[in-house]
Amino acid sequence: MRKVLAAFAAALIGFAQAAWADTEITFYYPIAVGGPLTKVIDGYAAEFEKANPGVKVKPIYAGNYDDARIKALAALKAGQPAQISVLFSIDIYELLEQDVIMAWDDVATTAEDKAWLKSFYPALMMNGTYKGKAYGIPFQRSTIVMYWNKDAFKEAGLDPEKAPANWNEMTQMAGKLVKKDASGNVQRWGVMVPSTGYAYWMFQAFARQNGQDLMNRDGNKTNYDHPDVIAALQYWRDLGAKHKVMPEGTVEWGTLRQAFTEGKTAIMWHTTGNLTAVKGTAKFPFGVAMLPASKQRGSPTGGGNFYLFKKTTPEERKAALAFVKFMTAPERAADWSMATGYVGISPASYDTPKLKAYAAEFPPAVVARDQFQYATPELSTFQTGRVRKLLDDAIQASLTGQKQPADALKGAQAEAEKLLKPYR
Amino acid sequence: MRNVYGWLLLTPAAILLIGFTHYPAVATLYDSFFSTGTVVRPSRFVGLANYAALADDPIFWQVLRNNLYFAAATIPTSIAIAMLMAIWVNDRLPARALVRMSYFTPTILPMVAVANLWLFFYTPQIGLIDKFGALFGAASHNWLGDPSTVLACLAVMTVWKEAGFFMIFYLAALQSLPPEIEEAAKIEGASRWYFFRRVTFPLLMPTTLFVLVNATINSFKLVDHLFILTKGGPDNASNLLLYYIYQVAFSFFETSYASTLTVVLLAMLAAMAIVQFLLIEKRVHYR
Repeated sequence: MRKVLAAFAAALIGFAQAAWADTEITFYYPIAVGGPLTKVIDGYAAEFEKANPGVKVKPIYAGNYDDARIKALAALKAGQPAQISVLFSIDIYELLEQDVIMAWDDVATTAEDKAWLKSFYPALMMNGTYKGKAYGIPFQRSTIVMYWNKDAFKEAGLDPEKAPANWNEMTQMAGKLVKKDASGNVQRWGVMVPSTGYAYWMFQAFARQNGQDLMNRDGNKTNYDHPDVIAALQYWRDLGAKHKVMPEGTVEWGTLRQAFTEGKTAIMWHTTGNLTAVKGTAKFPFGVAMLPASKQRGSPTGGGNFYLFKKTTPEERKAALAFVKFMTAPERAADWSMATGYVGISPASYDTPKLKAYAAEFPPAVVARDQFQYATPELSTFQTGRVRKLLDDAIQASLTGQKQPADALKGAQAEAEKLLKPYR
Repeated sequence: MRNVYGWLLLTPAAILLIGFTHYPAVATLYDSFFSTGTVVRPSRFVGLANYAALADDPIFWQVLRNNLYFAAATIPTSIAIAMLMAIWVNDRLPARALVRMSYFTPTILPMVAVANLWLFFYTPQIGLIDKFGALFGAASHNWLGDPSTVLACLAVMTVWKEAGFFMIFYLAALQSLPPEIEEAAKIEGASRWYFFRRVTFPLLMPTTLFVLVNATINSFKLVDHLFILTKGGPDNASNLLLYYIYQVAFSFFETSYASTLTVVLLAMLAAMAIVQFLLIEKRVHYR
């Protein structure tokens, strides 16, 4: 009899283990930069499964950020399993409004888990936090930095090791860096800041440098028409229209990297995500610096965060937490940063031997980290798509000379007010 | 019994048509009378409010205007060029197969690939057009960054992409023309231009109608290049109706308003197709 009971108990335990073994984590993730990164992610998942027998991880590559959001939400609506996803950090309000995500604070309850939540750079947590709770855990995050061509600086009689530290210096240096041919056509521009695709993101840097953020922390009010914000757009416009150091009109995001590596502009502002690519293609020595200051330095962060979906069982939440902790551990964050050019997400990741060695050999890799103290969250509000496009349109209308910066931004602010009032 | 058999034969096609064409069209129309629902605020019936919002939306009117310019710029040009190319490669000329193939090549390239190619044609300074212009001392121009040139740039690219496709239809039509007509015209002493104007062109009219319908639909349907080239910018200067629908639906998440825009687009396309088929059809055939 006892034997039978023991066998029965053993069977029960086995059954329980089998149930644990059935915990499966499906997660959608986007890739917005080049390289065979799906393999890297699959590798991490396999590694996690080996270290955590009983949990299966199923990563699903879902295209760009927009596609990933659409696919993840569609999967949830259709009742397909998805426990976590890497989605755009600025999707948080949309996901909150759809009521599909829950705060990591609610599952990370042990002292160790709480310490983990605090282990990231505060600048990277800003986009993922709503009313004091963390909904997004930073994973693939970037920021804007300034690249400069040292040969061009030398040729223009400037110190090739010194990047402009403020707006005045940038205007003056860029003026010297402009090179024209005999008939007066520009051969090389002083500076280029891209204004298609992610115009709002670049503009956040200008605005922050001029002392202003573009939205409040609850995501229900914008600040587009503040005099300092208008002055920031005026400065961006003046670089092309008045100082003639940047082409007039908009500058294409996608081809700017080539323009820089072919020496058509001496300075560019671009995402850190391009670092590895520039390193691979530039035939001249280049430097990477923090963006210049007006009243202060400043640059927005960008990229993707881990979100936890509400429709999950307690076991799945536990497994998801373990997996995200694994993915954001310093060693892996360092590895991921080197593979992509994304920033290391925690101070600890920069203290790992491999990232230290990489930084010693290639100092630009840590510029983004040093800039974090001046970082501001990426523009994100309720109705974020529309509110962002209002700003994009205002910026492009100013840069192409169709509207004055003040008119364009006041118009955008008035429209944004209409959209955001219901959320206050 | 015979009827049942007939219906059974039709069923598979009917299911596909209803499921993927008719039902979505009707559902779109239905959705356009409701507000966009979120979990917090469920969808409710709003009548024509979405249509009123559309009439007040300056971006809608701008993209509509853009789309009409775009259609007016691409349709006649691509048809004229297609016809010219077809007549040319229909003649005996050296390396005819090679010429035909090279005219057809743009057609087999995916639009996204074409857009990536042309992005580097149009890029200031390092682009092909500016490099070529620089040989003659022309100043660099920011083709896609200037609201006054961006739409024309897109139109040129679209013509390049489409003309070869339409050429194939004209080529097929030309080859089915009986050679006696041309011989008769020659005997009568008709000039080449006269022969084209009075014989070839009218005989090609049915093909022209077909191509016209296709070109019209394409000018509203093809927006893949916007994703790569301009994203509708600067300041909506190159935004087209379908791309705007995409933005409203998947970037702003206003599915109801997107449905409303879709209904307008569908109505416009249907009206144009009806006009083309009913009115022009009468004068299409050579008598």
